[in-house]
Amino acid sequence: MSVMESIDREPGRRPTIRPDERVTMSHGGGGRATAELIRRIFAPHFANPLLEQGHDVARLERPEGRIVVSTDGHVISPLFFPGGDIGSLAVHGTLNDVAMGGARPIALTAGFVIEEGFALADLERIAASMGAAARRAGVPIATGDTKVVERGKGDGVFITTTGIGVVPDGVEIGPDRLAAGQAVLLSGTLGDHGVAILSQRQGLEFGTTIRSDSAALHRMVADMVAAAPGLALLRDPTRGGLSATLNELVEGTRLGIAIDEAAIPVRGEVASACELLGLDPLHIANEGKLVCICDARDAEPLLAVMRRHPEGREAVRIGSVTAEQPGFVRMTTAIGGTRIVDWLSGEQLPRIC
Amino acid sequence: MKYVEEFRDRALAERLAATIRAEVDPARDYNFMEFCGGHTHAIFRYGVQDLVPANVHFVHGPGCPVCILPIRRLDDAIELVERHGVILCSYGDMLRVPASKRRSLMSVKAEGGDVRMVYSTLDALDVARKNPDREVVFLGIGFETTTPPTALAIRQAEIEGLTNFSVFCNHVLTPAAIRHILDAPEIDPAQAVRLDGFLGPSHVSAVIGSEPYEFLSESYAKPVVIAGFEPLDVLHSVLMLIRQVNEGRVAVENQYARVVTREGNTRAQALVAEIFERRAAFEWRGLGSVPDSALSIRESYGAFDAERRFALSAKTSREVKSCECPAILRGVKKPKDCKLFGTVCTPDNPMGSCMVSSEGACAAYWTYRRAETLAEMAADRACVAAGLEDAA
Ligand code: SF4
Repeated sequence: MSVMESIDREPGRRPTIRPDERVTMSHGGGGRATAELIRRIFAPHFANPLLEQGHDVARLERPEGRIVVSTDGHVISPLFFPGGDIGSLAVHGTLNDVAMGGARPIALTAGFVIEEGFALADLERIAASMGAAARRAGVPIATGDTKVVERGKGDGVFITTTGIGVVPDGVEIGPDRLAAGQAVLLSGTLGDHGVAILSQRQGLEFGTTIRSDSAALHRMVADMVAAAPGLALLRDPTRGGLSATLNELVEGTRLGIAIDEAAIPVRGEVASACELLGLDPLHIANEGKLVCICDARDAEPLLAVMRRHPEGREAVRIGSVTAEQPGFVRMTTAIGGTRIVDWLSGEQLPRIC
Repeated sequence: MKYVEEFRDRALAERLAATIRAEVDPARDYNFMEFCGGHTHAIFRYGVQDLVPANVHFVHGPGCPVCILPIRRLDDAIELVERHGVILCSYGDMLRVPASKRRSLMSVKAEGGDVRMVYSTLDALDVARKNPDREVVFLGIGFETTTPPTALAIRQAEIEGLTNFSVFCNHVLTPAAIRHILDAPEIDPAQAVRLDGFLGPSHVSAVIGSEPYEFLSESYAKPVVIAGFEPLDVLHSVLMLIRQVNEGRVAVENQYARVVTREGNTRAQALVAEIFERRAAFEWRGLGSVPDSALSIRESYGAFDAERRFALSAKTSREVKSCECPAILRGVKKPKDCKLFGTVCTPDNPMGSCMVSSEGACAAYWTYRRAETLAEMAADRACVAAGLEDAA
């Protein structure tokens, strides 16, 4: 059975988890309880031939092209939120990091740090969501690890995922490729993830139906790279939002970026919530969006490719790379004035990815 | 959101801007003070300056509650934590404001002091309920908009018999501060800034109404337009001020009539009057001692007054020496006139309060206009250097 067939297979019947079952220190001890935890919780949801090799290592076939590796720790609170949970987020986040290198992801790894006393049913919910996200993405979770920490020394579950991917020949993506005159594209609305998380926070509850945009972008990226192999840069505007992403690119360089506020899509509810909380949607984390910088003449063809994918339906051009005001991101505001788009200063809102 | 977007429409903004351009007298300057930090923020956030002609100037006023709290009061708050061992509940902005000796509530917290950030006075009451064996003090700051929630919290604490809850009251009053600015010597026409009119606060006015500004037109012959916080509100209000000036009229006009009435919110006013009374004078950073400009808790609610409950020592509090916040808060200097701006002082390492609050002038220049500001500073320095050479 191929990897793809296996991960597309729905998990079979397995013993049910009782609501009162909890993670204990012995689940992390490496003994029988650990094996039991893996057999009951992880194996059924992650099932794929790489895992089933049953080694401590996953052996991958040598792919054509250059290999990229990316790793990311996920410590989000709350663990479950509208539009996803820590499990799907951990899969999507790492797939996207790999994809932003222009790469096709081929395998993931997952490391869990679980707090003693965590409900087994919740852990299963997370494993199921991770397994489903990996299956949908067509990328197997090739190997994993589980540790348990004493009560009070964690916050439910932390997940670290690593992704491995392959960059097709001829694709050279990187900040050194930026040049004045290039177009800046954005794949869709800003702020959905951060506001969905905030809306769940205690003390900040406000009625909203905003869902996280958490999604895997590698399929859209594959089509983009195929359509315009010369595209200069891809980035996912996660922590710190679009402003951090763009500032990172130009700070300390001889280039600036000019964007147009009126072109930037923000859902009405997200805008209102930001208004209420005194936040700027440009500073808020996204988990299913990308920024693409490309030759101006590739902009329209790339936008057409992006819009064919559900993750890129609202893709737009939001600005250009410029030689003026190097080091700064400038924005023409909604009313036609101008201003700098600055990094968020002070504290990042606590743990939203 | 529709509602909000209506006030940020680019075509409408351009129409207003064109009208302003057509009506300003190019032979003169217009200096308008926006009293309120919320307006300062909106002006910078939307680049409103770019839509008005160069001879229309925004002078940024002292209406940023975090900015005007004198260091002494912050030192007092720190003393409450360190000497009296209270749990101090504060709005987030206040935590990073520099106190004496480069300390802040944030650094006090890092050193183990029990300082907690709250989003509302209700959160502070909750802290008091959950810690019955601790003293819990809410650091009350702000203008007339934040006073009613503090009053409510005190009344609620009384109803519940929360005897471990009190308020360190630093609530201040807008009209008294405006009067003081107009009385201050710098505003004398012979001196620095001549003010041709005021953009009146929107949220504050929703509480106190427009009537308390009438003295400005009556005794000081200054036009006032109470302005909403949206960028188009600001543009529209600027146009209304320009018209008053051009026509030689002096009146209190209300651009924000969708929210503000002449009487204001009388229920909120009654609640505030029940719990607070005027202080004879209060020290403002930048303005000095301003008569009748702040509130304290009435004796009948004295049990909830942290100043009565805890002995606070006399102190000599010191500002960072070259920080120009005081002059900036009076509208006589701009952030570019401070030599610490952008070099030593940034939002990540603030030397003065105006760099901390998002409503502070220094933070606004830094966040939204620092490219231009730093360039102007360099040009000013070059001018001075050239002048020195000429003189030599
Ligand atoms: S830049 Fe900093 S030091 Fe200078 S006036 Fe502003 S807050 Fe004070």
